[in-house]
Amino acid sequence: MAVSPASVARPANRAGRVATRRSIFEREGVFSWVMLAPGVLFLLAFVAYPFFYGIFLSLEDRRVASAGTFVGLANFATQAQDPVFWQVTRNTFVYTIVATLLKMVGGLAMALVINQRFRGRNLVRAFLLLPFIVPTVLSTVAWMWIFDPTFSVINWTLRTTGVITQNFSWLGNASLAMVSIIIVNTWRGLPFYGITLLAGLQTISPDLYEAAAIDGAGVVQRFWYITLPVIKPVLIIVTMFSVIFTFSDFQLPYILTHGGPANATHLFATYAFDIGMSAGVLGMGAAVALAMLPALAGLIVALTLYLRRE
Amino acid sequence: MVVGRTLFARTIQLYLPLAFFLVAMLFPFYWMAITSIKPNRELYSQKVMPLVVHQPTLTHYIELFDQTNFLLWTYNTMLVAVVTTVISLVLGVMMAYPLARLNFPGAAIVAIGVAATYLVPQPLLFIPMADIINRLDLGNTLSAVMLTYPTLLIPFCAWLLMGYFKSVPRELEEAARIDGASRAQAMLRVVLPLCTPGLLSAGIFAFTLAQNEFLYALIFLSKSEVRTVPVGAITELIRGDVFYWGQLMAAALLGSVPVAVIYSFFVEHYVAGLTVGAVKN
Repeated sequence: MAVSPASVARPANRAGRVATRRSIFEREGVFSWVMLAPGVLFLLAFVAYPFFYGIFLSLEDRRVASAGTFVGLANFATQAQDPVFWQVTRNTFVYTIVATLLKMVGGLAMALVINQRFRGRNLVRAFLLLPFIVPTVLSTVAWMWIFDPTFSVINWTLRTTGVITQNFSWLGNASLAMVSIIIVNTWRGLPFYGITLLAGLQTISPDLYEAAAIDGAGVVQRFWYITLPVIKPVLIIVTMFSVIFTFSDFQLPYILTHGGPANATHLFATYAFDIGMSAGVLGMGAAVALAMLPALAGLIVALTLYLRRE
Repeated sequence: MVVGRTLFARTIQLYLPLAFFLVAMLFPFYWMAITSIKPNRELYSQKVMPLVVHQPTLTHYIELFDQTNFLLWTYNTMLVAVVTTVISLVLGVMMAYPLARLNFPGAAIVAIGVAATYLVPQPLLFIPMADIINRLDLGNTLSAVMLTYPTLLIPFCAWLLMGYFKSVPRELEEAARIDGASRAQAMLRVVLPLCTPGLLSAGIFAFTLAQNEFLYALIFLSKSEVRTVPVGAITELIRGDVFYWGQLMAAALLGSVPVAVIYSFFVEHYVAGLTVGAVKN
């Protein structure tokens, strides 16, 4: 597209030009909405509609292959009296909080390590991001074998080095199973923190550190007063993103433990799946899934506003 | 950054932690790879040192191709990923362009809606979605996932591309308009070519997300012939209490290859896509 210098100047009467030369399609509002319409309609039909339909389902005693009747808040009332539901709630919060803290600290450490100058840095960065890009189900299968009750390589190592004499049942013991799914979630999500925080670190000018060093600031002070403030916005966005998707995680606990043993690793998503899909009680399943909504809605609103603030 | 002056300092600050991260992040892949070529007598022995393969074999791969529909699953996965990526890129561009560059009534609401739909996680929607797909009579068809994956991908593509579109100077587009280009031409011929990196990032991201999807595929695809690799592996290589570990690992490794290959070619675009949202906004 040739751009002659003269044409770079803005036209004086933009409105007149549009009206005389262009069809109605060239009007900003019309053109915009014609472009937007397919996407907006699609998202209304397959995101907004299911969302409200889910609320409607949660108020019915609907099962697969049978009509439902309106039961008001009965599904929610049933859940509120079920100790398993509260166990699932506690599991989800423990999983989200512990895994997020580990990913945050580990990711920051990873970013600080890669931010140093060394040969092959880009290659290392590419390899470290692999856990995040490989399909979760497939890498979780490898972890399942790592945690195998009899042939676990962790147990083999601990046994061979004499730390333990009896095998740990990584996925069979309630607390160890929670530890295991947190380990795998951290493994998968940590590089996301690491690589995005690294991008944040790389925006810091070395001059700042030099100036601070001349003024006598130590390593800790430089980290606290220079590094942390600069990467704070990135850290906030990455963390909120990650919290939303950790809180609603399905794949990982579904593959590794199916929520077991005895519901010890059921999260909202896997529990809703068990009730709504495996048992076919759609209404109750939808109610369990919606139990995530208050916490998620708060996060989504906060992050949406934060992202638009720029 | 203060770089350690002695080898000792550098070992503590760089080499040791770097080695730790590399081993921690890559060990599961190594484990996947060697398990897939171990004969069963090595796999199921507590005595044999498990960290290396003593007598490698391709049995598990041969059985995977022989006894399961793995090739068909791979084809399904690729087909779905490509189709949904294309749909999502086209619709994503069509949404991002007006949102990023034009003034029109309702722009703010649509922009907020796009961001919010991007952040709504699947587990909030899958139960009503399952019922909707049933009523549309799309169960056990690839159309079911081709229709639902873009709900995850379009908002993401639109959001990512908005950032790139905003960065193109307005003057270029206005110049083209004065030269007689319509709005559509200005978009297609001036703005889009300048945003090629953004299109690549969005495309690669959408492709890997589509390959990673599991929940909808698990719910909608219960016949072997229409399954994707993750669902096929989980449902057919684990039968009751019996785990076909060798074949599972072979399937996991081969299933990761397409994503890994694409990723290796476009690492920079992938990283840019990952960080553009977090760093620039």
